[in-house]
Amino acid sequence: MTPAVRMGLSISVATGLYGISFGALSVAAGLNLWQTMALSALMFTGGSQFAFIGVVAGGGSGMAAVSAASLLGVRNAIYGMQMSRLLGVKGLQRWLAAHWTIDESAATASGQEDLAEQRRGFWVAGAGVFLLWNLFTLLGALMGNALGDTRHFGLDGAAVAAFLGLLWPRLNAREPVALALACGLVTALAIPWVPAGVPILLAAALGAFWGWVRPSEAEQ
Amino acid sequence: MTLSLWQWILLACALAFVTKLLGYSLPERWMRSPRMAQIAACLTVALLASLTVMNTLASGTRISLDARLGALLVAALALWLRAPFLLVVILGAAAAALLRWLV
Repeated sequence: MTPAVRMGLSISVATGLYGISFGALSVAAGLNLWQTMALSALMFTGGSQFAFIGVVAGGGSGMAAVSAASLLGVRNAIYGMQMSRLLGVKGLQRWLAAHWTIDESAATASGQEDLAEQRRGFWVAGAGVFLLWNLFTLLGALMGNALGDTRHFGLDGAAVAAFLGLLWPRLNAREPVALALACGLVTALAIPWVPAGVPILLAAALGAFWGWVRPSEAEQ
Repeated sequence: MTLSLWQWILLACALAFVTKLLGYSLPERWMRSPRMAQIAACLTVALLASLTVMNTLASGTRISLDARLGALLVAALALWLRAPFLLVVILGAAAAALLRWLV
């Protein structure tokens, strides 16, 4: 197993397990089993799925649910840009790659050094999360409320640790540390003031601006 | 608009897929420039930092300081000690679960 495969599998298990809480919450929000499965299989982007059922559970309109989910999904277009550079996919493969483009697959790919490893990381994490996320969504939906609050198992803590673990190898110099702190701060400050999904877009805008204005390695 | 729940679900799924595909549909020569590579690298750090903070603090559109902060600290300590990725994730979950059980 290469490091990319190992990381891809680890994150598949950690994220897949989180599908239990999605399945359980979705049924509690009033969606039936098939509607719940449709979200995991077809929408397949966890944050947006939680947002959708969150709005439905709160009695919000269908339009509000679609808007919240879509806003949270905008970052996947940014991952798509990055992944299309790495993967070089065509035809049907491109559609599959697009469908599997999520936080975890993009981050696993970006965390690797060479191109072959980046590609392996993307496909292993993409396929692994897709499979387990759907499997555990089904399990969660079937078990429903019998499970209680999945936060008792610390699954939300696993998500925090996973994203920090993906970020960590990139904090190897003063500049990325400064950028990460700035983006973390922007996110924290924005959370109470803007709709869910927007803080990460503000951080992305700061990151893109930073990358645009910094003197490039080639010019130095 | 009056759509059934099923129709809203399928609409949201279609929008999610189109958004993802959009990223793959930009001209390739844009993606090959050194400046784009630099922007891509900075974007990765920006997005991961934002996701980490979001998952630690956000509870809807509110900030909530809870057991997840403990998970963040334990994960950082484990990473600093060069623990492997899976162990870091497990320790993060264990820290959050333990803190909730204690409090």
